[in-house]
Amino acid sequence: MSLLREVLENGEFAITAEMAPPKGTDISHLRKCAQLMKGRVHGVNVTDFQSAVMRVTSLATCKILKEEGLEPVLQLTGRDRNRIATQGELLSAGVFGIENVLCLTGDHTVVGDHPQAKPVYDLDCIGILQAATTLMDGKDMAGNELNKAPEFYLGACVTPEYEPLEIQIIKMKKKIKAGARFFQTQGVFDIETMRKFRELTKDLDCKILAGIIPLKSAGMAKFMNKNVPGINVPDKLIERMKNAEDKKKEGIKIAAELIQQLKEENLCDGVHIMAIGAEENVPVILDEANLTPSYAANA
Amino acid sequence: MIISEQKPIEEILESIKDCKKVVITGCSLCATTCKSGGEEEILKLKEILEEQGKEVLGYKVLDPACNYLKVRKDMKKLKSELKEADALISLSCGDGTQTVAKVVKVPVYPGTNTLFIGEIERVGKFEEACRACGDCQLAWTGGICPITKCPKSLINGPCGGAMDGKCEVNSDNDCAWVMIYEKLKEMDKLENLEEVKPPTDYQKWVHPSKVSIR
Repeated sequence: MSLLREVLENGEFAITAEMAPPKGTDISHLRKCAQLMKGRVHGVNVTDFQSAVMRVTSLATCKILKEEGLEPVLQLTGRDRNRIATQGELLSAGVFGIENVLCLTGDHTVVGDHPQAKPVYDLDCIGILQAATTLMDGKDMAGNELNKAPEFYLGACVTPEYEPLEIQIIKMKKKIKAGARFFQTQGVFDIETMRKFRELTKDLDCKILAGIIPLKSAGMAKFMNKNVPGINVPDKLIERMKNAEDKKKEGIKIAAELIQQLKEENLCDGVHIMAIGAEENVPVILDEANLTPSYAANA
Repeated sequence: MIISEQKPIEEILESIKDCKKVVITGCSLCATTCKSGGEEEILKLKEILEEQGKEVLGYKVLDPACNYLKVRKDMKKLKSELKEADALISLSCGDGTQTVAKVVKVPVYPGTNTLFIGEIERVGKFEEACRACGDCQLAWTGGICPITKCPKSLINGPCGGAMDGKCEVNSDNDCAWVMIYEKLKEMDKLENLEEVKPPTDYQKWVHPSKVSIR
């Protein structure tokens, strides 16, 4: 059983962090960040051509991170692979013992760095969940037998700050039916959003990791509010960032405060930290939030 | 309706740069309605070509350009012009241009780009409405096509990319799934969204397709 699954099912507050594969073949920075994450998180979540930008694959990066002693979460989108390639990717993850898979539809190619590319979307995120569930039963989507079935712990995404939210919840229920056991939310900043979301989803059979994005500046917050779907940084936080002398420190403090409050009020089952290029800040945020995984604390 | 638009004149001129004597065809139906290949557009193109020193031997608005037997019959009326011509410019959808090319021996050059199957919202305004997927889903989606109106052709609900109900691919467009949600809510049929739809069967999208009802 995957460590992430064990932790979530045992009711421990789970910690995952996002890591982006490099653009190019130099993985030294990735390995350095991996060392910083060691003993601090339950899983590292590796993006799959995030924002439709070409780079090293999620699978290869997950394999490297596993070698570094981390528990990888493979992100898999429907944008670039048809069902043959998607199932092949899942089986390959199974061969490498990568069990956690986060299934996503994926940003459209036109928003990425190769807008000329043909978008695939043979399977949406629900189709990928169905494919993974089928493989776990020892068969492929066409009903052919596998010589050995992979084991997965499946997850998906949800956006609590979405209008109309009802349709997100309807889709979330479908994702659970298709095999999702855990959800990672889009970055949240307002505790009230998570209070409402927890209330709406309290009866659903799944674990929820709240998305945490440490702010780097007031400008970044404003940019995200304007350009990133599902992000809503409240004005009072933008004001705090604007007035702070040490912006980086303030951003970390805000993230840590939110994590603590979410944990105290039991508004999620864990957090997923998206440091967006500043992965070295993840341990600092966790220190500030006073969070250590029990496996590391007891080691 | 098949929506098409005229190619930039530079591209048309480039494609016939080595030709002197030209015949032009258009179409009485879609291309006339979307003003890419009716009589008016043919005459305009004729004028430009003549200004460029080309000789336009004749023209015809085919009725319609996609009907093989009718095109074959109509083109006979241009027999002598076609014998002399070294280029035919077709102002119709890609289907019509191929039908014309099947019928004549002279090289055929498209004068339009075919864009989509769409609705005439009002005069001069067209919106893509159907992708001819071969497996119509409109029964449960409130009459709004997610295959066409969602750029990802999602069948199980929205991605997380919409902002203020607008699509991540083009913020001028409403998110198809938000529209479907609103419509079904109004119809008190939100339960239509609850069923997990299996992945699309793309065997139905294998091209080229043929149908015979004889």
